[in-house]
Amino acid sequence: MFPMADSGVPDYFFRLCFYGEQQMQVYVCVKHVPDSAAHIAILDQHRIDENISFLLNPYDEHAVTEAVKIKKKYPDSEVIAVCLGKADAERTLRSALAMGADRGILIVRDKNCDIRITALALKTTIEQDGKPGLIFTGKESIDEGGMQTMFRIGALFDFPVSTNVVKLDIEADKAVVVCELSGGITDTYEMSLPCVVGAGKGLNIPRYPTFPDVVKSKKKPVVKIDFRDLNIDDSLTGMRVVELKPLHQARQPRQIKGDAAAVAKELIRILKQEAKVLS
Amino acid sequence: MKHIGVIIELDKGRVKEANFGMITLARAKNVKLFAFVMDGQAERVKTDLESFGITTIVQVCLAPDQQNNPVTRAKAMIEAIQEFNISMVFGLSTAMGKDLLPRIAATLDAPLVMDCFFVDLEQKKAMTYQYSGKTIATIQLTGQILLFGVRPNAIEPVKAQENARILKSDSRHLVARDLRVIKSGGTEKGAAINLAEADVIIAGGRGMKNSENFKLLYHCASKINAAVGASRVAVDAGWVPYSMQVGQTGEKVSPKVYIACGISGSIQHFAGMKTSGMIIAINTDENAAILSNCDYYVKADALEIIPALTRILDNG
Repeated sequence: MFPMADSGVPDYFFRLCFYGEQQMQVYVCVKHVPDSAAHIAILDQHRIDENISFLLNPYDEHAVTEAVKIKKKYPDSEVIAVCLGKADAERTLRSALAMGADRGILIVRDKNCDIRITALALKTTIEQDGKPGLIFTGKESIDEGGMQTMFRIGALFDFPVSTNVVKLDIEADKAVVVCELSGGITDTYEMSLPCVVGAGKGLNIPRYPTFPDVVKSKKKPVVKIDFRDLNIDDSLTGMRVVELKPLHQARQPRQIKGDAAAVAKELIRILKQEAKVLS
Repeated sequence: MKHIGVIIELDKGRVKEANFGMITLARAKNVKLFAFVMDGQAERVKTDLESFGITTIVQVCLAPDQQNNPVTRAKAMIEAIQEFNISMVFGLSTAMGKDLLPRIAATLDAPLVMDCFFVDLEQKKAMTYQYSGKTIATIQLTGQILLFGVRPNAIEPVKAQENARILKSDSRHLVARDLRVIKSGGTEKGAAINLAEADVIIAGGRGMKNSENFKLLYHCASKINAAVGASRVAVDAGWVPYSMQVGQTGEKVSPKVYIACGISGSIQHFAGMKTSGMIIAINTDENAAILSNCDYYVKADALEIIPALTRILDNG
């Protein structure tokens, strides 16, 4: 029996995503990123010293959480976290597993990747692994902030894509998503399945793993794939960081003293004469 | 001659201010500058665009029921890019640009750098912030068509008078099949001043104490055409919606003036606002990190200073 959608019609999502006896598969692409509080030191003028603490990209936590929510609704489905990174990125995959993903795939590569190559590696890996019913990413990574992986994966699969998704409903054979634009304004789209969803912060509140979750996650399978085995031509790189510099700021704080009225008067002067934002 | 295209964003039929900095960035000698207008009427924005050096305005026409469809919009832009042989495409890193530009880039399999604040057209290099705004990255792009998302307010607009002709690119045959718009915030949105594009932002943090006190910020902001932002603390406390959050996991902004009210200035908050032109901090806590990384600071309660500021503005 297929589960029923809220509307009472048979849930085609399940049928659509059932391939023989295979489970419905939900893939979550996750990234191993430097902790935002970490000190960033630059090496060779173009890369960072990676001897700092790394974690699961914050937006990807929302992606994992949503995928696990879908699994609760469709218990036969499977949540697979996929990560492209160096060997130590396995820790980020384990975080995703502790948050409820069933298994992980780590595409191991010692060099950093161009976003186009990353998308191609993720697509190839997902395709080799199974038949995606849904693919999640975070809406952006907090390190490089490329904001485009989901669209590139979607284009490679020819699946529809939405990003900064803050609400997701699977209805019969489609996904209805609410995407946040600026200023709290939203658009609502309906996408056919399979589709790619870029998770925004408003999508859910990530469920942080308990100690038993962490213990359990250590027993979950993580498969390692060598990037070279994907046979991707990475000479076709289109974006390469040629220089990385620290952003130094030389602000010289000056204090404004006085009572509220005097301070306000001085602020007006600053806004008018120095910042020139008031006439 | 190289053809460069800029995708113009309109607000209520007028060219948004942030476009002019982007056009200034895309302008160069021996370059033919095309402006693509997808919403509204090209005739109505001709004068504005000419004054910044645009020589060709392309009205991109979509079927009425596809006007708000992001997939159709991206496909229509691709048709226009190909029709006019554009080799570099500029758009704003706004909510619209963050959807449109990656769609175009993904379909063309072309490189795209979002949130640029500088582009070297000759060398095909773009500069953007990486690692929570702690570093400046220079990125080399290679490809037939290159795309750039430009951070609003990052470039000072400079005028350059030209005369423009208006052409049409007809994409009314396009229909998106796998993505349908159910409800669109549409173009009537505009009401709230957009954080990313505001010249002045007044933001509140823990020191605002509750949701009610944010009204003081809204009131003051409305007098100077400012947008109201918030720190993560204020958002997580439920005082204001997430869409107002500035920081690592919120909006990244570069206003001319950022007024931080009762915000301590965590690394994550700075990641979203450190590129502001001027930072003014109002905080009672003299140990707040923000006081040592701003241009002006006031050791006082924002709940007293902001109303005093509003009073002066009220009295003209």
